[in-house]
Amino acid sequence: MSKESMVNLIIDNKNVSVPEGTTILEAARKVNIDIPTLCFLKDINEVGDCRMCITEVEGRRGFATSCIQKVEEGMVVHTNSPAVVEARRTILDLILSNHHRDCLTCVRNGNCELQALAEKLNMTDVRYDGTKNEYEVDDKSPSIVRDFNKCVLCRRCVATCKKVQNIGAISSTGRGFSSCISTVGNNSLDDVNCTFCGQCIESCPTGALHEKYSINEVWEKLKDENTYVVVQTAPAVRVALGEEFGMQIGTNVTGKMVTALKNLGFDKVFDTNTGADFTIMEEGTEFVKRFKEKDNLPMITSCSPGWVKYIEMNYPENLPHLSSCKSPHEMFGAIIKTYYAAKNKINPEKIYVVSVMPCIAKKFERQREEMKENGLYDVDAVITTRELAKMIKQANIDFINLEDSMFDDPMGEATGAGAIFGVTGGVMEAALRSVSELVTGKELEKINFEEVRGQKGIKRATVKIGKEEIKVVVANGLGNAKIIMEEIKQGKADYQFVEIMACPGGCIMGGGQPIKSSKIRATVNVQKKRADAMYTIDEKSKIRKSHENPVLQKIYKEYLGEPGGHLAHEILHTHYEAKPKYRI
Amino acid sequence: MEKSENKNCACIDKKLEKELKEILEKYTNSKDNLITILNEVQMKYGYIPKIAQSKISEYLDIPMAEIYGVITFYSRFTLKPKGKYAISVCLGTACFVKGSEKIMERLKQRLNIEEGETTPDGKFSIDATRCVGACGIAPVFTVNGEVYGKATVKKLDEVLDSLQ
Amino acid sequence: MDTLEKIRKIRESKRKELDIRVNSTVGTKEKHILVCHGTGCTSSKSPKIIENFRKIIKEKKLENVRVIQTGCFGLCAKGPIVIIRPEDTFYAMVTPDDCEEIIQSHIIEGKVVDRLLCKDIDGSKVQKLDDLNFYKKQKRIALKNCGKIDPEEIEEYIAFDGYKALEKVLLEMTPDEVIEEVEKSGLRGRGGAGFPTGKKWRLTKNVEGKQKYVVCNADEGDPGAFMDRSILEGDPHSVLESMIIAGFAIGADQGYIYVRAEYPIAVQRFSVAIKQAREYGLLGKNIFGTNFSFDVEVRLGAGAFVCGEETALLESIEGKRGQPRVKPPYPANSGLWGKPTLINNVETYANITRIILNGAEWYSSIGTEGSKGTKVFALGGNVVNVGLVEVPMGTTLREIIYDIGGGIPNGRDFKAAQTGGPSGGCIPKEHLDTPIDYESLKQIGSMMGSGGLIVMDDTKCMVNLAKFYLSFTVDESCGKCTPCRIGTKRMLELLEKITKGDGTIEDVEKLEELANSIPKTAVCGLGQSAPNPVLSTFRYFREEYLEHVNEKVCKTGECKALAKIQIHEDKCKGCGMCKRNCPVEAISGEPGKVHHIDEAKCIKCGTCISVCPFHAIG
Repeated sequence: MSKESMVNLIIDNKNVSVPEGTTILEAARKVNIDIPTLCFLKDINEVGDCRMCITEVEGRRGFATSCIQKVEEGMVVHTNSPAVVEARRTILDLILSNHHRDCLTCVRNGNCELQALAEKLNMTDVRYDGTKNEYEVDDKSPSIVRDFNKCVLCRRCVATCKKVQNIGAISSTGRGFSSCISTVGNNSLDDVNCTFCGQCIESCPTGALHEKYSINEVWEKLKDENTYVVVQTAPAVRVALGEEFGMQIGTNVTGKMVTALKNLGFDKVFDTNTGADFTIMEEGTEFVKRFKEKDNLPMITSCSPGWVKYIEMNYPENLPHLSSCKSPHEMFGAIIKTYYAAKNKINPEKIYVVSVMPCIAKKFERQREEMKENGLYDVDAVITTRELAKMIKQANIDFINLEDSMFDDPMGEATGAGAIFGVTGGVMEAALRSVSELVTGKELEKINFEEVRGQKGIKRATVKIGKEEIKVVVANGLGNAKIIMEEIKQGKADYQFVEIMACPGGCIMGGGQPIKSSKIRATVNVQKKRADAMYTIDEKSKIRKSHENPVLQKIYKEYLGEPGGHLAHEILHTHYEAKPKYRI
Repeated sequence: MEKSENKNCACIDKKLEKELKEILEKYTNSKDNLITILNEVQMKYGYIPKIAQSKISEYLDIPMAEIYGVITFYSRFTLKPKGKYAISVCLGTACFVKGSEKIMERLKQRLNIEEGETTPDGKFSIDATRCVGACGIAPVFTVNGEVYGKATVKKLDEVLDSLQ
Repeated sequence: MDTLEKIRKIRESKRKELDIRVNSTVGTKEKHILVCHGTGCTSSKSPKIIENFRKIIKEKKLENVRVIQTGCFGLCAKGPIVIIRPEDTFYAMVTPDDCEEIIQSHIIEGKVVDRLLCKDIDGSKVQKLDDLNFYKKQKRIALKNCGKIDPEEIEEYIAFDGYKALEKVLLEMTPDEVIEEVEKSGLRGRGGAGFPTGKKWRLTKNVEGKQKYVVCNADEGDPGAFMDRSILEGDPHSVLESMIIAGFAIGADQGYIYVRAEYPIAVQRFSVAIKQAREYGLLGKNIFGTNFSFDVEVRLGAGAFVCGEETALLESIEGKRGQPRVKPPYPANSGLWGKPTLINNVETYANITRIILNGAEWYSSIGTEGSKGTKVFALGGNVVNVGLVEVPMGTTLREIIYDIGGGIPNGRDFKAAQTGGPSGGCIPKEHLDTPIDYESLKQIGSMMGSGGLIVMDDTKCMVNLAKFYLSFTVDESCGKCTPCRIGTKRMLELLEKITKGDGTIEDVEKLEELANSIPKTAVCGLGQSAPNPVLSTFRYFREEYLEHVNEKVCKTGECKALAKIQIHEDKCKGCGMCKRNCPVEAISGEPGKVHHIDEAKCIKCGTCISVCPFHAIG
């Protein structure tokens, strides 16, 4: 940054020099001065609605909105003068006056930005109490529960749904005191164009949005001695679960997680990464076939259920582009209820498969009619990373001090390829590793495909496999998915293989992951930390290519036959169909 | 939620669809035409039918929630048809000072409904408006747009009696 | 023929033809019957009057008699108004049935219809419009053409120097010269805040940008104000011409006018004006053969007061919910679709053509030191001459209310005047001699606002009035920012509690705390000014609040729960007015004897208080 573009100002008696265009809020944070915020969500919702971040600027009438207002040369800012504090307390008082203040029994107790503000500003009573808006809770969908009674109208969810995901399932409706965030006609999210990506939950500062909990069902099954309860954990869960217990973002807690699950009483603890290896075998085989036959190219991945719901609703005419593979945990559930059940002589009807996922759309996916084998669901319950943390806390397990354990045999062993499934570009990279070696029969010189890694929303690359060049695209976030779909729709797609994940950053940033406050999101690169942890797991893996996984090789040999073969198709593949955007 | 708000046959929906298409074709699909189109639909049908919301959503590529957000923001737009006699009482300041509040109270009492509601028989609906510009003859109320000036509770009663 | 030549020709020929409108001594056999077709008179059947006149003229085969629909004459209380030119006879409260007599007596026989003449404040009958006290102290600049021309005939506008300012600007001036002229005139925004117009133009011109916009704010939301509407209805081309001039000055090629859909006549007239201007080449490519091009589109509001706030208005033009944006950045830097945008209100524009034609010096000679020119007010409430008035800045409230407005009707006393609508405040008796200008009104706790001026007599409760305005703001709050969304609601709840008789001193304190806090924290002008009606009534009528909470009394009886409606025996003359007007037959009494109210039946509607000619009820 050149000297000329720097702006000098004084914040709370500290001299600050920041680049032109910096907001007062950002400038203050640079020198460790904390300005409280509520509606602010960096790059997504910078609107100045809540008024918590007001500060005093000398010589200016009224308060400055520090999350929006840019710094000016010579500015003198006071972030915590008595007048500012008084005004902030009045604002918070007003917000609390229209809020269901049942913090003790709230899902976000202890992790609520509003609660934190109330504590910080010493709100010991609500002076301006009055009538409250009363809303019915929407818990119709299998994935999301909306409780407007906890909503503070920050509109972070609306901005995320519209600007990041380009969906617009929710909007500000009504006006004045009766404003609320709602769907068209106040219908359930279940009946509108929501994809259940859950990014709104991640952006919500309070308990107004949360996943539909399955904790109680899982406890019931764990109590039941006649049920064989198997749990599998998705790749992204292990690099985020620790955050719920105060551990550093990006800590890999695989071993503790497995111990905790065993302590909770699960009969078997398996790794969905193995399921991911199956997906690569099936999807890779499917791609090679379709590439050779030039059949419905580009082929698009199908392991992100939010994305699948999106294409079913928005681009049904492009459904043939979708891979017919089930997602990894569904494949794995199907294997458990067929191969594993038969091999261990367990009645599949007695098996209860629980998936721990970073995702809430998986809750929707799980109950799709297509996800059944012999009348049994492949997976019986999906809980999020957050729900698992809640269960561990319920069981009073001292997570941080747990010993490490290994996943159970014989399904425990997975590859590094399976691990990186949880990051944007990971599915593509894992697929390319296997496709390349399966097609050429030669070992890859360079196993890392750096060109599909990283935080960009859309990544394009050309990969050489033998004599063939394959153009690939990786998109994360549904807003970016739409760009790719429009290219395909308009016939502009010159690529053959597309990976799409509904959540920006992939599963590590999924709607079921630990919720990070606005301040952490603005100051820490959460996505990078979690992604780095995933790639480290890959680096340290003994086997890093799915087709080399001995567990898979054994199961294909003993049970499934060839990848893409008849039986594999029957239990590991599915089909998708057009869905109406609105059922109202 | 019922499937179709028109409890009548599909041919009515078809007719509506055709008319909506004609309205939409008058405008480009630029998003800033939303309010103009909604105004036209509101004027034509007296409310914004659900099917219109859906057609506009497709035409302008705006999610339905956002269109709903716009409809519920502006008080001219309504989601339900008004009564056969739509009565509006002006609650602008000039009328307020001359006692329009009493006229509104009386009206609500007589029809036993609140502002923004329609009587169960669909005959009357009540709205409050902010200044119809007839301040010279305040207080005023309107029935289907026709202005009754220098209104009194008695005059209102007479008008209601004549409509009943 | 090119546009310029055509316009000049029309101006010459049409001006001669229309001399009859301004010159009462013109020797002609022609008669022009001017009928007000503004919203007020239209509500009292003026279209039917026009129809009847035309029918009778046709039946009687009268030649040389024309019926013209005009914009508002201003004296709405006496509407429908009919004026006959050239003699300038002024008929008030005309009904469709009167047309026959006017034609027969006035037009054919040359005899003035005495019974339809307007009575002035002193009771004398007045023949000519200009002789009315109502008009004597007025100075019409923005309303110059209202009531003079047919707003749907561009030729009539052209006849009275229409598009001459545009001609001057495009052919003789540079954009900087235009802006300089506006700056020198001292014109300030008539929408309420009073920002210097020339400065705004300069700021917008100086921002770099290929695409810029000119916007006219015609979303007159203040309930009880109809200045802008009357201008658009009576003289749409003056606004259009000024918008084109503004476009030239700041370098914009596209304009938008945002009009309330509640103003159908204004919308229709302005649309006609645009159409006609396009036909004449006054809008479109290369106006007057220069390389300046400009066009204007109408955008309709849909019933949201907050859209009068400039950034909310921009959001609405973009087709979105009208939620204000945090400023800065101001529209001059980032307006419509993020482009530099100039926004002025209708009345501001209406002054521009006059400033260009008559010069900044002329304009700045009118008014006060800090507030130049005139201001249009919609005078309403408890005043005899309800209507539209335009006065030089610096005129006192007393002059407007008493000299022009004719004072308070029914022998009541003046209690307060309210300016600035829901954002303004109440002005009590002791400030009646305050000269009207931006600064003076601010000093006494009110504001100029867009021009609503509501007069209240002593039957009005100030706490109830504050509640009225707060309920308006709560209804109209967009809901975006916390202080406005929840804060104004809490204020209204406190006022409701107080007017219901459940209020305590602590409630009054809370009300005051919120009223002082919200202006500092709300995002936009609506929220920031929402507590003004409370603050100003606190300032001048605090004792009324205290009576409501301490003594549980509302002396005016407007707050029903605290009303003590009784007939004062010493004042009652037994005239029976109250008895006849009571909607629930709660009053009894023999003629000539003291009447009584049956409290069990009384619904405390207050009708009796307002109809009693002897002020015996309260």
